[in-house]
Amino acid sequence: MQKSTAVSLRALAASIALMALLIMHGNANAADAQVKIANFTFEPPVLTLKVGTTVTWVNDDDIPHLVSEKGGKFRSSALDTNETFSETFKDAGTIEYFCVLHPHMTGKIVVEP
Amino acid sequence: MDKTKKRRSEGLEVDRRGALECMIWAGTGVLWALSGGVPKSVGLLGEALAAEASGFTFLQISDSHIGFNKPANPDALGTLREAIAKVKAVKSKPAFMIHTGDITHLSKPDEFDSAAQLIGESGLNVHYVPGEHDFIDEGLGKLYLERYGKGTKGQGWYSFDDHGVHFIGLNNVVDLKAGGLGRLGPEQLAWLADDIKGKSNSTPIVVFAHIPLWTVYADWGWGTDDGLQALDMLKRFGSVTVLNGHIHQIVQKVEGNMTFHTARSTAFPQPAPGTAPSPGPMTVPAEQLRSMLGITSVDVRFGNKPLAVTDTTLAS
Repeated sequence: MQKSTAVSLRALAASIALMALLIMHGNANAADAQVKIANFTFEPPVLTLKVGTTVTWVNDDDIPHLVSEKGGKFRSSALDTNETFSETFKDAGTIEYFCVLHPHMTGKIVVEP
Repeated sequence: MDKTKKRRSEGLEVDRRGALECMIWAGTGVLWALSGGVPKSVGLLGEALAAEASGFTFLQISDSHIGFNKPANPDALGTLREAIAKVKAVKSKPAFMIHTGDITHLSKPDEFDSAAQLIGESGLNVHYVPGEHDFIDEGLGKLYLERYGKGTKGQGWYSFDDHGVHFIGLNNVVDLKAGGLGRLGPEQLAWLADDIKGKSNSTPIVVFAHIPLWTVYADWGWGTDDGLQALDMLKRFGSVTVLNGHIHQIVQKVEGNMTFHTARSTAFPQPAPGTAPSPGPMTVPAEQLRSMLGITSVDVRFGNKPLAVTDTTLAS
């Protein structure tokens, strides 16, 4: 009897942990965002998100790109094909960024409180 | 040619009244000769070249992109090797070679090493200017400048004289601004003004940089924001030849005493302005690739004639 309770409790704990994991994972997916770099453009060019969101840039081109905030506040290394760069936005505001290699490529992140 | 295409090509065509004699080969590099103090492209490879290039000649190669391995050319080192073989085969040895940037694809030490070793096999003295791909190491140009910056000013710009011609190598790939094009910057422009001060108007000028100093196609970033300031300073000279790379195809024009020429890449071709969604590498059938890569030779003849530029493909 005692043994079976322990097993149930363990099963319950495992279920709760799994649920928590699923919820966290779901939240993470909902909160994170992606910018695709393709055909020498940032897609989407303007991305609006909540404070605390992590944005991941993925280079889909056959040519490297290098993501940098306009004034250099953040900067990736050179991203070759399929390489990524992530940045978490902790403060509200509008961030302008561009490609250091191809500066006509520009994009914006609008961070809402 | 449809209307759109025609409109896009306006301003890119060679002015037939101009003195530039230009033979476009499907090919590899440009051999330049100075004719009457004016560079004249005579073509790099082949017998016509050997016959023509009797005077002072120099070669241009560009955009070797060592490290590039995508479908447009899985073997950029191999095509550079072919280009250098063509250079070595030129009968009358050119005085030197210029490389107009994007030596490497990702500024990696081994890419710089491979390029230097292979280009060194030409046996020619090489004057480099950097492309944006040569300035993306962690030190943002440190590796390039360690290797090629000795004796240069600022971020690697310099000038030298040969056979009475004043050569100017510029860097327009550093500290680029969001939304802009290539950039020389005030420090380099001030240096240029000082560099040409006191030079007589009859001194032939050859200026070379990676990104075109004139606007070829702004939508794709093919131009230099403050390039006109440099060109304005050079207007007083009787012969100015502007040699660039970056766009992996030949575009030429003549404006007054200025001749503009961009060289092919030795690695992969890029589309003509506005003919594709982006300027990314153009993948062509394997048997066509070598007809779209090349080198340029310049024949400088002294007198009242233009410099002749000849481009030769790797296929010829």
